[in-house]
Amino acid sequence: MCQHHAYRLSRLFTIISLIIFLAALSVINGSYALATPAERDAALQLLTEKSSKKRGAGIDALAASGDPAAAPILAAMASGELYFQKTDKRVVIAKKQKDGYAVVDPISNEALGVLPSKGLRKIRVNNRLRRQIRGVLGGLNLSHPDAEKRLAAASGLQKSPDPALRPALKKAFAAEADKDVKAAMAMALAVIDSKPEAAAEDRLAAIELLTDSDATEARIILTQLASDTEKDANVRAAATVALDTVEDRLFYYQTLGSIFQGLSLGSVLLLAAIGLAITFGVMGVINMAHGEMVMIGAYVTFMIQEVFRSVAPEYFGLSLALAVPAAFLASGGLGVLMERSVIRWLYGRPLETLLATWGISLILQQAVRTIFGPTNREVGNPEWMSGAVELTGGVLLTYNRIWIIVFALAVLAGVWALIRFTSMGLEMRAVTQNRRMANSMGIRSGRVDALTFGLGSGVAGMAGVALSQVDNVSPNLGQAYIIDSFMVVVFGGVGNLWGTLVGAFSLGIVNKFLEPVSGAVLGKIIVLVAIILFIQKRPRGLFALKGRAVEN
Amino acid sequence: MLSLIDGKGRIFLAIVAIVAIGAVALNAWAPVGSPFHVPNYMVSLIGKYLCYALLALSVDLIWGFAGILSLGHGAFFALGGYVMGMHLMREIGDRGVYGNPDLPDFMVFLDWKELPWYWAGSDSPLFAIIICMAAPGALAFLFGWLAFRSRVTGVYFSIISQAMTFALMLAFFRNDMGFGGNNGLTDFKEFLGLDLQADATRAGLMLASAVALAGGYLLCRWMTTSKYGRVLTAVRDAESRARFIGFRAEHYKLFAFVVSAMMAGVAGALYTPQVGIINPSEFQPANSIEIIVWVAVGGRGTLVGAALGAVLVNYAKTYLTGAMPEFWLFALGGLFVAVTLFFPKGIVAEMARLREVIVRKQKPPKMASAEAGDD
Repeated sequence: MCQHHAYRLSRLFTIISLIIFLAALSVINGSYALATPAERDAALQLLTEKSSKKRGAGIDALAASGDPAAAPILAAMASGELYFQKTDKRVVIAKKQKDGYAVVDPISNEALGVLPSKGLRKIRVNNRLRRQIRGVLGGLNLSHPDAEKRLAAASGLQKSPDPALRPALKKAFAAEADKDVKAAMAMALAVIDSKPEAAAEDRLAAIELLTDSDATEARIILTQLASDTEKDANVRAAATVALDTVEDRLFYYQTLGSIFQGLSLGSVLLLAAIGLAITFGVMGVINMAHGEMVMIGAYVTFMIQEVFRSVAPEYFGLSLALAVPAAFLASGGLGVLMERSVIRWLYGRPLETLLATWGISLILQQAVRTIFGPTNREVGNPEWMSGAVELTGGVLLTYNRIWIIVFALAVLAGVWALIRFTSMGLEMRAVTQNRRMANSMGIRSGRVDALTFGLGSGVAGMAGVALSQVDNVSPNLGQAYIIDSFMVVVFGGVGNLWGTLVGAFSLGIVNKFLEPVSGAVLGKIIVLVAIILFIQKRPRGLFALKGRAVEN
Repeated sequence: MLSLIDGKGRIFLAIVAIVAIGAVALNAWAPVGSPFHVPNYMVSLIGKYLCYALLALSVDLIWGFAGILSLGHGAFFALGGYVMGMHLMREIGDRGVYGNPDLPDFMVFLDWKELPWYWAGSDSPLFAIIICMAAPGALAFLFGWLAFRSRVTGVYFSIISQAMTFALMLAFFRNDMGFGGNNGLTDFKEFLGLDLQADATRAGLMLASAVALAGGYLLCRWMTTSKYGRVLTAVRDAESRARFIGFRAEHYKLFAFVVSAMMAGVAGALYTPQVGIINPSEFQPANSIEIIVWVAVGGRGTLVGAALGAVLVNYAKTYLTGAMPEFWLFALGGLFVAVTLFFPKGIVAEMARLREVIVRKQKPPKMASAEAGDD
C-alpha cells in the first residue's frame, strides 16, 4: 500500500517536471544544450508509462534534454529494443538471445548481464510514436557534431518533411559550414517550405533554393508549384521560370555526359578500327580475324598481370606499360604469320580472303577457349586508372575512360606519323597507290605487305590492352567489336585515318545521344540502319580516297 | 544451249528422291532393331539437312552466278522461320501454359492485351506460307534495291549485309518487338491440325523439304540456264562491260537476290517445325558466314555442289559437336582456310577435274577449245 503510494507520488513528480520541460522547450525552441541528468531521467520515466500520449511526451522531453544518450535510446525504442525492468522501472536496452535478454544500461553503456524475460517489459511503440521518433531523431542529428549524421538527417527530412522541425532546421542551416550538408539542408528546408501550408513568401524562398538543386525531387516539387494546384499566381510564375532554368541546366549536364560517353565509346571504336583501316584500307584485305587480334591483346594483358601479381605485386601499376608493347608484338607477330601463310596467296580475291580470315578467327577463338577456358578472365585496373573526376551535376569522368581516349589518340598519332614520315610508311603508301609501279621502283611489296599487315594486327593488339580495362576479357571479346569497327571503317572511308577518326567519334557520340531517347539496343539498330543507308549515298565512305587504285 | 537437267542434275534429283523416300519407307516398314531401320530422329535430321541444302542453293544462286557475297542470308532464313513460327504459335491456341486462346504464352507473360497488328492473319496457314516468302522477299528487295542502285558491290555489300542481320538479331532479341524476345517461338503443337511429334507428320515435313529442294534446284537451274542467267553471269564477271553493252545490271542482280531470299525463307519455314524452335540466334552473323562455307566446300556456282556441301558440312558438325565439341571450331576454321587456299572451286569441280585427268590419260590430249575469260 505504501509502495503504491510512493509510485503515484513519483508519477505526479514526473508530470510536473514534464510541464516544466515543455515550458523550457518553448523558450529555447529546439535548442537542447541546457539539460540536466534529472530531466533526462524524468523523460525516461515517462517512456515507461502505459499511455502512448505520455510516452510521446517522453520522447519529446528526452530529445529536448540534449543528452548524448538520447539518440541511441530513441533509436532502440523505434526498433523495439527498449525495455524497462519491472522492479525499479529502470530503462534498459535489451537484445534477445537464446537464453534470455542481453541487457545494457543506455546511459552508462554498462552491460548488466543476461536477464530472463520475466523481469523486463517492452516499451511499445505504435506507428505514430515511430514517426515522432524519426522526426525527433532527425532534429537531433541536425546538430550532431558528425557531418555524415547531419547529412543523413537532412536527407531524411527531405524524404519525410516535418514542419515541426523547421525552426531547428533553419538554425542548423544558418550554422552549417559543410557545403554538401548545407545543400541538403537547403533542399530539406525548401521541401518543407514548398508545402501549401507554408506562407507564400516562404514558398518563393523555397523556389529560389530549389533552382540551385539538380535533384529529381526538386524538379518534382517545382513542377507541382508551377501547376494549377498552386493558388498563388506569383509563386506559380516563379516556379515556372525556375523549372525552365533547372531543366536547361540538366539538359546541359546530360549533353555533357553524353558527349563524354560518346567520346569514350568512340575512342574504343577508334582503337579497334585503326588496325582495320590499315589492313582494309591500305591492303584491301578484309581481316575478319581482326577482332581476335584485339582479343589476343587483352589476353596478353591478362597474362602479364598474372606474372606481376605473382612476382612483383608492388609494381602492378606498371603492368599495362609492359602489356602495350607485348600485345603489339604478340598480335603483330601473329599477323605477319597469317599474312605469310594464308593471305598472300589470296591477294586480288577479297571475298576469299574474307572467308579464310574468318576461318582463322574461329581457330583463334577456339584455341583461346581451350587454353584459358570460356569464362571471363579478370584484368585489373592499376591504381592510377581507377577512380573518377566529377564535373558539376553528377557528370562522372572515370579515369580509365579518360586514359583510353588519350591512348587512342596517341596510337592514331603514332600510326599517322609512321605512315607519313618513315621510309616504311612511304613504301606502304607507294604500294597502296600503285603496286606495279612500286615494284618496278625496287620496293619489295611482299615484305611491305607482311609488315603492313603486322602493323594493323599489332595496333589491334594494343586496342585489346585498352579494352581489357573496360570490358570483360573472354574469347568472344573480339566478336563484340568486329561489326562496329567495320562500320567505322566503311563509314569513315577506306584507307583514310582521318576518316577513321571522324567515323569512330561520330558513331560513338551518335550512339550515346540516341541511347537515352531510344534505349541502348534500339539506338544501336538505328545507327546500323543509318550506316546501311549512308553507304547508298556514299559507297566509298565519308572521306573517299581518290586515285586509280581504289576504283576497282 | 544448256539443258535444264544435265547429267549432274539427274543424279542429284535421283539421290534426293531416293534418300527422302527411302528414309520414310525404312522408317515405317523396316522393323525396329534391324540394320535397315531408320530411326525417327534420323528422319528429322535428314529433313533439317534438306532445309540447309535449300538455303545453300539460294546462296549459290547469288554468290555463284551473280557474284554477290551476302553475309546476311541467314536473316532471310530466320525471317521465313519466324513467319512459320508465328503461325505455329497461333495453332497452339488455348493449349499454352496460360490457356489464352488468342495470345501466345509470351505475350500473356508480358501482359499484352491483344495481338500486335503484324500478327494479323498469322492464324491462317495459307497466309503463313505466302508471307514466309513475301517477307524475306520484300526485305531483300528493299535492301538490294538500295545497294545495287548505288553500285555497292564486293566486300562493301558483304559488310553491310552482315550489319543487316546483326541489326535484325538485336531487334529480335528485344521483348517489345513481339517475337518472343531471346526465347524466340517454341512449344509448337500442330501444323495444319497434324501433331508435330507424330512420325507421319515428321516424315511429311521431310518429304516436303525434299520437294522444296528439288523445286528450288529446278528453279535455279531454269534461271541460270536461261538468257537471263547468261546475262547474270556476264554481270558477275564484268559488271561494267555488261552495263556498257546496255544491260541494267542492278535489275538482274536484284531479281536474283529477291528470288534467293524467298528460297531462303521457304527453307526457314520448313526448318522451324522440324526443329521445334526459332530464336534470334538464327540471325547471328556467324550463321550466315557458315552458309558460305557450305557453298564453298561443295563448289560455288555448281548448285549441286552447294547442296552437297551443306549436307557434308552439317553432317560433320553433327558428328563432331557430339564426339569432340572442342574440335568442331578448329575443324570449321580449318575448312574455311583449306577450301579457299587449296580447293577454291569446291568438291564438285575437283571431282570433274579428277575425271578429266583420268580421261586425258586414256586419250591423247585435245587443244583447249574455248578458254573464255576476260581478265
